[in-house]
Amino acid sequence: MFGVFWCILTRDLTLALRRGTDVLTTLFFFVIVVSLFPLGVGTEREVLEELGPGVVWVAALLASMLALERLFAADYEDGTLEQMLLTFQPLSLLVLAKIAAHWLLTGLPLVLIAPLVGMQYHLSDTAIWVMMLALLIGTPVLSLIGAIGAALTLGLRGGGILLSLLILPLYIPVLVYGAGAVTVSRIEFTDTQPYFALLAAFLLVALVFAPVAASAALKISLE
Amino acid sequence: MLEVTKLECRRGDRQLFAGLDFVVGAGTLLHVRGRNGSGKTTLLRTLCGLFAPDAGEVRWRGESIRELGEDYHRDLLYFGHLNGIKCDLTGMENLAIGATLDGDRVDQSAILEALRRMGLTGFEDLPTRLLSQGQKKRVALARLVLNRSPLWVLDEPFTALDLDAVTLLQGLIADHVAGGGLAVLTTHQEVPLTSGQAERLDLGG
Repeated sequence: MFGVFWCILTRDLTLALRRGTDVLTTLFFFVIVVSLFPLGVGTEREVLEELGPGVVWVAALLASMLALERLFAADYEDGTLEQMLLTFQPLSLLVLAKIAAHWLLTGLPLVLIAPLVGMQYHLSDTAIWVMMLALLIGTPVLSLIGAIGAALTLGLRGGGILLSLLILPLYIPVLVYGAGAVTVSRIEFTDTQPYFALLAAFLLVALVFAPVAASAALKISLE
Repeated sequence: MLEVTKLECRRGDRQLFAGLDFVVGAGTLLHVRGRNGSGKTTLLRTLCGLFAPDAGEVRWRGESIRELGEDYHRDLLYFGHLNGIKCDLTGMENLAIGATLDGDRVDQSAILEALRRMGLTGFEDLPTRLLSQGQKKRVALARLVLNRSPLWVLDEPFTALDLDAVTLLQGLIADHVAGGGLAVLTTHQEVPLTSGQAERLDLGG
């Protein structure tokens, strides 16, 4: 069972590394979007400190959307997705492996680069740590929820736009509590605890339901 | 044994076929024939459970494939219009992943042997995007050598293959059927295999 999960995970990572560009596109997109704001709104310390957490989170949402469309599309086009549906392995396990690979390629790099972009907004060390932790818990939720949308819009013309319309509203809770944790940490660090508890709760719920929902959606999309 | 009762499929408003009944027993090759657009691919996809019929039922060993679900897939190998291989991975990698998903424990040497049998010696470690159409198809068909499923559903397996490969593939299918396996296939090419001992099913268009 774990062997199959590992097999799909390494397959998707190998494919992404052989292509290379997909990973870097997401990362550069994130860095550029975040860097545009100080250029637009000016470099006053107070303004940037106020804006920082929200901007970083919105950029993270958009960056994670960027690669989402390709999550199942490549496998759909060459028929490997069809073959995955016809194996006796539980489809939700295969889907979970694909989501895990998507997060490792698009979510984790954002977490790691967060300190760098945080510095542009004069965020304190504590705020940066809080932001990294919030992104670490929050970005997997984005990949998980996004997979449902990617599965539903698979094979549709103009699916990319539809995907953003479907998924972005569902990202709102993650955005609110993710950015909220960082904002609150500037006043009192211990107050961040409920924010993390809620983010972790989202993650657990998404981890249980998203792979099942995405598998069901894939079966419908492939008919 | 694969049983089909009163099967009806529609695409949009158009009825492809209705009231289709047939049985494929062990050691039988069924050749599905019909003009373009007569519903051959739809029938084959329905047999695999990829497409839900509008009426009727497909039963495998007496049980509905809807209820069997993933247990049915253990006994099934489907080869469709798409090769189902990743063009950035090598032939070896593609087959190793395919075997893991099929739950077969095969080692490197078995995969090499399968590729050798398909006439791909020297191409094992090349990304498949560098191979020709026919060679890609050969890589995909190497799965037939490794797979142990009793039911093969093959949609146009002979297209893009050269004469050698066509002969080779006929040998594989004949061996499979002779060993008690079931095979359902479509093809427009007249090959000795299908003009021989095969059963025929004609879809009216």
